Amino acid sequence: MTTKEALINYCLRIGDTSLILGQRMSEWCSNGPVLEEDIAMTNIALDHIGQARTMLTYAGVLEGKGRTEDDFAYKRNEREFYNSLLSERPNGHFGDTVVRNFLQSAYFYHLYTALSSSKDELIAAHAAKSLKEVTYHLRHSAEWIVRLGDGTDESKNKVQTSINEIWEYTGNLFEMNDVDTLLIKEGIAINQTEIKSKWDKTVDEVLERAKLIRPTDAYMQTGSLKGMHSEYLGHLIAEMQFLPRAYPDAKW
Amino acid sequence: MDNTKKLEEFQAKIDADTKIEPKDWMPEDYRKHLQRQISQHAHSEVIGMQPEGNWISRAPSLRAKVVLLAKIQDEAGHGQYLYSAAETLGKSRDEFIEELQTEKAKYSSIFNYPTLTWADMGAVGWLVDGAAIVNQVSLQRTSYGPYSRAMVRICKEESFHQRQGYEIMAHMAKGTPEQKAMAQDALNRFWWPSIMMFGPHDSDSPNTGNAVKWRIKRETNDELRQKFIDKTVGQAEVIGLTIPDPDLKWNETRKSYDFGKMNWDEFWSVVNGNGPCNRQRLKHHIAAHKNGEWVRKAALAYAAKQKEIQNLKLEIRN
Ligand SMILES: [Fe+2]
Ligand SMILES: [Fe+2]
Ligand SMILES: [Fe+2]
Repeated sequence: MTTKEALINYCLRIGDTSLILGQRMSEWCSNGPVLEEDIAMTNIALDHIGQARTMLTYAGVLEGKGRTEDDFAYKRNEREFYNSLLSERPNGHFGDTVVRNFLQSAYFYHLYTALSSSKDELIAAHAAKSLKEVTYHLRHSAEWIVRLGDGTDESKNKVQTSINEIWEYTGNLFEMNDVDTLLIKEGIAINQTEIKSKWDKTVDEVLERAKLIRPTDAYMQTGSLKGMHSEYLGHLIAEMQFLPRAYPDAKW
Repeated sequence: MDNTKKLEEFQAKIDADTKIEPKDWMPEDYRKHLQRQISQHAHSEVIGMQPEGNWISRAPSLRAKVVLLAKIQDEAGHGQYLYSAAETLGKSRDEFIEELQTEKAKYSSIFNYPTLTWADMGAVGWLVDGAAIVNQVSLQRTSYGPYSRAMVRICKEESFHQRQGYEIMAHMAKGTPEQKAMAQDALNRFWWPSIMMFGPHDSDSPNTGNAVKWRIKRETNDELRQKFIDKTVGQAEVIGLTIPDPDLKWNETRKSYDFGKMNWDEFWSVVNGNGPCNRQRLKHHIAAHKNGEWVRKAALAYAAKQKEIQNLKLEIRN
């Protein structure tokens, strides 16, 4: 594997996670608990899709075969996506969404903080710009976790269940393979174990404020680095890709 | 001061084009008329998120997805300012939403039509937002201050939406034959409902009397409809689409287009609940509201606890 090949894969991991989470967040449109939350969630969806566009475009530029952001988003199959297992989890109820977003945003927050000084200029610039956005996403989701955790008995039970049920997908965030080994050596990527310890701290702080219990790490689901996902991803992609697949000659 | 005197002063202000503000005296009927109109407008913005939201997940490019998401977000924002403007008249947003959900309040009937293809995202922006702008530009001069100011803010964004919708239509109209057919089909389906958005003919519109006298409404339904048709016909021609009205013809003496008869039976049938999506839209709104109830309760409970802690801290300090 060349550095370039590794970097393309790295861009897809980040870009796909942003894309899939953005797609998930946009499902909330007109379904929020109050109008203000509808607006906030649409905002988060917009940020993620914007971030995805940069990363997918960059993957295409690096590859040099003329593939665009839309080619990556609309013309790949399930087994060619590298998004985190967390990002594709269905929205569930508001608490499920907030928990998923919190765990993913805390990861992005520490990832982008570190990547802001990546030796790859574009990755560094993308990280610096996205950091502002994910700082807001992290605050938004953390505040909701605290409100739900320390709100009513019902909300506390619900959000604790959300955390317990999604926990097995968190280990996947920190998995590494030879892509990481190569890019870490080049000063482009960051060692995921460093992110993990910072992520642990953020998660613990927020859960403590929310009076919620952090589940003990048991079995962790794996697979996204090899393009293996839950059954949910295929449906999400089928819906997202419908038009370009149905009308391959059309430009939109 | 007796009521006749107050009413005279009120009318004098209206006639001098001085805006009426929330703290000013106003006749009860003026207040009721505005509560109904502004809340109905707010509900329309919010219910309108559903037919457009229907295509976010299937937007055909990432750029199109972002544009559509941003548009719907603007509409939610419009709903927000309009609820705030309506609240200045002494009823809460919760009460207005309750009226919507119990069918005491209406929203624009156009949103009871389904969005069946991607071209509908073009048709809705171009025609529905286009019609809304004509109405809203006129409402910038409405006599109630908070409503007028909300319209000024909203109009800027609406004209953006109209252009983006038109861009989708234009693009599809010069695309593949299938795309062009989709664009024409969307125009065929949305044209008549869009021109009926302005409401019944002036001669059949009982509410117009007071609304004009109080300068809530600055132009009549028929005047606004004509303006919309006159500006839209040329836009359709430019992109090679045909407006589905065989009677549409330029009238040199009126310097306006003559157009065919609208189907008011269909209009009233949809207003009265028989549109393809009336039940779906309302059910969706009620379900989202219900599903969010535990979240709103939690937020209130949390805020109350925080306040107690704050008060306790203050007590200890004193
Ligand atoms: Fe609007
Ligand atoms: Fe609108
Ligand atoms: Fe609009």
